[in-house]
Amino acid sequence: MIFVILSAILIVTGLVFFVGSAVGLLRFPDFYSRMHAAGKGDTLSSLLVLLGLAVYQLKDFHGFSEDWPILLVIIKILAISVFILITSPTSTHALMDAGWEDGIKPTIQKGSANHLEEDTKDI
Amino acid sequence: MARTTLYRALIFTLLFTLWVVLSGLLDAFHLTLGVISCGLVTWLSGDFLFSDRSSSLAVRFRQSIRMISYCGWLLWQIVLANIQVFRLAFGPKSDLQPQIVRFQTNLQTDFEKFLLANSITLTPGTVTIKILGDTFYVHAISDTAAAGLDGTMENKISAIFASPSTKAMTEV
Repeated sequence: MIFVILSAILIVTGLVFFVGSAVGLLRFPDFYSRMHAAGKGDTLSSLLVLLGLAVYQLKDFHGFSEDWPILLVIIKILAISVFILITSPTSTHALMDAGWEDGIKPTIQKGSANHLEEDTKDI
Repeated sequence: MARTTLYRALIFTLLFTLWVVLSGLLDAFHLTLGVISCGLVTWLSGDFLFSDRSSSLAVRFRQSIRMISYCGWLLWQIVLANIQVFRLAFGPKSDLQPQIVRFQTNLQTDFEKFLLANSITLTPGTVTIKILGDTFYVHAISDTAAAGLDGTMENKISAIFASPSTKAMTEV
């Protein structure tokens, strides 16, 4: 029972962060700041949801000799979260770079310089 | 030539052990699938692993331990910064101060730069747009996020791969 409650708490917290990133995706002003919301929503929130699923598996765990397949499932779920932590920022970066190469101009706060534009002008 | 074959055999054995442990099924069908996929991965990417054999096993082990503690620190940073972006998403639009931050890095190898770029992207509020040589261009969504790029992360990453001699030098 304790595991079910704990996993529910983890999954709901993860969903709250997903909602936050969806709202950010709609409200942020330009492509680059939207990528912040879209690319980051799936770090902490998917980590929390996957952890919740891993904890949920523990409710049927009574002893190592019989229930070792459950441990395997948990290891696999944790492996998925590690892969997400590696691939998610890589793809976010690839999209940002592609956006820049495609000539999308970032909305920048007044008074701050766009160094990237200055430095890539000659290339 | 014989050495590469040996390394490939080692990689295949490692992969296949992982396959058997994770699948937990020992019938002929699943084992054959394992042999095929492990063979394919070894054939395609056997050159990537162990390509750099300049550092000893003890050094590698020490690096792995430091890497794990770095991941713990990074995870905590992710939690903190996610809460920050969550606040920004629901807060007033005036809180957004998008800007592009440029900074030089002292990191040498490609892997260290990759790690820094991915860590910057993982901690919300900052995304790496481009790396030109030693210069990083980072899009930050607010002043607080930009202030987080103060080199703490870079120092931590270079500490992971520091050899004992260079570490002694920086401490003096």
